[in-house]
Amino acid sequence: MTLTIENLQEIAKTETDAVESYRYRINVCMAAGCLSCRSDVVKASLEEEIRRQGKEKACLVRGVGCLGLCAVGPLIDISPLNVTYQAVQPSDAPEIIGSLTGAPVSRLLLPADQPFFSRQKKIVLENCGIIEPERIESYIAAGGYEALYQALRQMSPRQVIDEVTASGLRGRGGAGFPTGLKWTTVYKARQAVKYVVCNADEGDPGAFMDRSVLESDPHRVIEGMAIAGYAVGASRGYIYVRAEYPLAVERLRRAIKQAKRLGVLGENIFNTPFAFDIQLRLGAGAFVCGEETALIASIEGRLGRPRPRPPFPAEFGLWGCPTLINNVETLANIAPIVRRGGGWFAGIGTEKSKGTKVFALAGKINNTGLIEVPMGTTLREIVFDIGGGIPAGRRFKAVQTGGPSGGCVPEQFLDMPVDYDSLREVGAIMGSGGMIVMDDGACMVDVAKFFMEFCMSESCGKCAPCRVGTTQLFGILERITAGDGSIEDIDTLKELCDLVGATSLCGLGQTAPNPVKSTLRYFENEYTAHVRRHHCEAGVCAMGKAREATT
Amino acid sequence: MTPTAPIAQKPRTDVNPVRIYTLRIDGRDVSGREDETILTVARQNGIFIPTLCHLDGLAERGACRLCIVEIQGSPKLFAACVTLVKQDMDVITDSARIRDYRRKILELIFSERNHVCAVCVVNGNCELQDLAVKLGMTHVRYDYLNPPQSVDASHPRFSLDHNRCVLCLRCIRVCKDIEGASTWDISGRGIHARIISDLNQPWGESETCTGCGKCVQVCPTGALSEKGKSVAEMTKRPQFLPYLQMMRKEAEI
Amino acid sequence: MTPATASPALSSPSLSPATPDKRLRIIDRTMRLHGYASHALIETLHAVQEAFGYLEPDLMRYVAGRLKVPLSRVYAVATFYHFFTLKPPGEHTCVLCKGTACYISGTAEIFRKVEEMLGIHAGETTADGKISLMTARCLGACGLAPAGVFDGTVVGNLTLDTVVNKLQAWRSHDADHRESAGDRENRNRCR
Ligand SMILES: Cc1cc2nc3c(=O)[nH]c(=O)nc-3n(C[C@H](O)[C@H](O)[C@H](O)COP(=O)(O)O)c2cc1C
Ligand code: SF4
Ligand code: SF4
Ligand code: SF4
Ligand code: SF4
Ligand code: FES
Ligand code: FES
Ligand code: FES
Repeated sequence: MTLTIENLQEIAKTETDAVESYRYRINVCMAAGCLSCRSDVVKASLEEEIRRQGKEKACLVRGVGCLGLCAVGPLIDISPLNVTYQAVQPSDAPEIIGSLTGAPVSRLLLPADQPFFSRQKKIVLENCGIIEPERIESYIAAGGYEALYQALRQMSPRQVIDEVTASGLRGRGGAGFPTGLKWTTVYKARQAVKYVVCNADEGDPGAFMDRSVLESDPHRVIEGMAIAGYAVGASRGYIYVRAEYPLAVERLRRAIKQAKRLGVLGENIFNTPFAFDIQLRLGAGAFVCGEETALIASIEGRLGRPRPRPPFPAEFGLWGCPTLINNVETLANIAPIVRRGGGWFAGIGTEKSKGTKVFALAGKINNTGLIEVPMGTTLREIVFDIGGGIPAGRRFKAVQTGGPSGGCVPEQFLDMPVDYDSLREVGAIMGSGGMIVMDDGACMVDVAKFFMEFCMSESCGKCAPCRVGTTQLFGILERITAGDGSIEDIDTLKELCDLVGATSLCGLGQTAPNPVKSTLRYFENEYTAHVRRHHCEAGVCAMGKAREATT
Repeated sequence: MTPTAPIAQKPRTDVNPVRIYTLRIDGRDVSGREDETILTVARQNGIFIPTLCHLDGLAERGACRLCIVEIQGSPKLFAACVTLVKQDMDVITDSARIRDYRRKILELIFSERNHVCAVCVVNGNCELQDLAVKLGMTHVRYDYLNPPQSVDASHPRFSLDHNRCVLCLRCIRVCKDIEGASTWDISGRGIHARIISDLNQPWGESETCTGCGKCVQVCPTGALSEKGKSVAEMTKRPQFLPYLQMMRKEAEI
Repeated sequence: MTPATASPALSSPSLSPATPDKRLRIIDRTMRLHGYASHALIETLHAVQEAFGYLEPDLMRYVAGRLKVPLSRVYAVATFYHFFTLKPPGEHTCVLCKGTACYISGTAEIFRKVEEMLGIHAGETTADGKISLMTARCLGACGLAPAGVFDGTVVGNLTLDTVVNKLQAWRSHDADHRESAGDRENRNRCR
């Protein structure tokens, strides 16, 4: 059976009718954050309670994806009442179900007019916390797979690429490479066999955007990949996902199976000659495998060691074939762009950075969680309005963006609009979207040491500058934080940063010095205080004398 | 269907081996085929670029970074052994900046393990030592990492001294691509990377080593050596490789 | 295609023909699914680790033979990727996250204390084989930093006390703590 648009609409209608036949829909967050606070038990107890009160006909309990404010999970959301409860415990079930007809349970209520929710603009996350990630019908009811239909039946591959180019979308994996341009290169390659690869290796420690998208709305990524496959002429795709995300893996597996059963993956999709198949590949705990040539090697079952580029994967990638590699969030933007047109997307954001960006807020900030804002939103809005500011009355010190390849943005740039170029100017990068907020309790030398330790242990060891250089850099930082550094050490740091950045083979080594460089740029006084006065302002580093005294 | 063909050394299909480009290296007009690297063309024209991981006859790795060169118009540096020539490219192989970086990379390599030339079997016959002389590296300013490293003397004829290994991976490549034994590989990653044979067994107990000695001949340092040879006798002959490959090609025809 | 039963002469109990092991069939199935292609190496090692908890040398040898991959490459892959372990895990596993968010929120301190208390370092198992201590680079639960995984269950907002209590409970073999098969499976996956 091949699927038609009528089938799709029918599925959507049946699903919507079924859901709306219930007076109350209770959405329980079943993404990893809330699950680790036992939201599965909460869901079970709500269902149990509904049965006990005999309200099965009126109440539907659905497991949905991340609602965003993971810090106060488990979260549940009740429509059409429009109330959201936070930190719900299984024992709260009777009260919640009992209050459906009356006043909401005020002790659990999450204030509805929070800027956390009202200041966001959701494109990538539009379905997160709204649809059921484990059911394809739920995605279709939200307009899912219509964009694929539109692309296959009403547009030529060239037209699809034109829309993506017109949207101004840039890669969300870190470098911000224009997506339309990348697609065009693969499209133009003349080989018969091509591949689409989704990079879901989210290696930045402290970022969880891709995980949330995969757990909350896996079909969106599949649809984006299928459209990409049609546009560039590939009939096979791979999703390379971290093995540390078992839930995302499970939901992807299920989603692919459902998509195949329904016929949105497979042969003759929507009665066209287009065929597309997706396979999953599990990472095995190597940050460097996020680098595209290493990722390809890893899919081919080899060591994840990068190779020199060119040739770029777009010309010579997986099994030597032209390969399109895109990040999860990049692909998640594709369906809306096809559905609403590139011009609509290009209307959001700043001049050179279009659309929205998902950020994972973590660290010393009140509202840790997942947010999506238009490009060009200022850091102040993100940290203080949406993020709710710094807890425990402490002072904001810096935001670290871009993880181990990025840098720190200090207080004086709080009013800077966040986009690819402005961040680069101040010595940080957009990266994949991890934002770690630091208060005055953080020592910047210690932070630099932390990232250098990460790069050192994640270096693949192929090229000498990165393998030995990161180890030397870490050694010096360790000496400084132990109070045994000298003023010459700071010069050696600078020299090595320059060397490693300029001569390393791949992006990991080339960007590994960034956290040191940016902390030196804005907080060199902390470095000198460590070496001159053996003093750590924040009190994080146990310095020579102090250390001896305590042990 | 999944492709099952071996993929490790698939030849590039995106370059045309008959197209000839003209370019400049250090101000000299030279020409090279589209599938030739800057290093090849430079050497054809008698221009010296230091190399360590490169060896004629082995697949390229681009890993030691000693062959870095500048290309006019790009702020980035390129490894000459893996960068193909292009029409009108303007390459500089010997600027002050490059010399400085090369020296520092060499210092890093020396600081990584334990090189004590005076007691080393290849003293006077060592590519690493030669490079230090050529690049004018007289001392190491970085901390010596001094990792405890072992010597594997279990093989009846050869021995492996990890203290001298620079992880150029020539041994791995020659054993896999030329001898076809794949005895060597590399375990771990980053600074903990180490050459291993088979399942990390002593070399002498390896089930795959044919004892051909190719790895010993190509090793640029004293890491792999023949037993019972005095320092004066321990000269290596890595030049056999291009010859071997040529003869094999002849045989195929 | 190669038949899935006949195996080369092997010494390990898990591989001896006398005790055909169900877990071995899972590994065979993974390899068959990929047509015994060499690129299935990582997927197969995942299957081995999931079934056996770690990569035993004889199993690596077995996989190498089946997929026609050099032994040295199997060992290289097994040691390159942090997810794989060559040592059998302890009865319980404690994974502490050392990602950025967790580091900023103080896992380093918890970690130091735990190492002290157990007398082992990350990646090691206590002498009595009870507890393995491991680190992760972000579990994706950064919103709840500091986070960790105890026998397969992700726990957020850790404090030194909660961790120490948990470990103490494991040590004293609490009667009410019984490990389920699901826990075991999760543990293998959540390293
Ligand atoms: C060391 C390193 C790690 C990377 N990690 C990731 C990652 O975890 N996720 C990702 O999407 N891209 C990562 N990238 C970027 C990818 O190489 C690649 O640029 C990206 O997947 C392209 O997709 P995009 O154009 O959609 O951004 C990494 C790059 C480097 C150099
Ligand atoms: S820069 Fe680092 S990670 Fe990249 S190839 Fe070199 S050693 Fe490997
Ligand atoms: S390998 Fe070369 S550089 Fe190293 S100790 Fe021996 S002679 Fe000296
Ligand atoms: S002696 Fe020959 S077969 Fe043995 S390891 Fe060296 S190159 Fe390989
Ligand atoms: S043993 Fe010799 S050839 Fe092999 S990696 Fe080390 S230095 Fe290179
Ligand atoms: S995981 Fe539940 S709100 Fe994010
Ligand atoms: S010779 Fe070119 S990188 Fe080693
Ligand atoms: S940093 Fe610990 S869970 Fe992400």
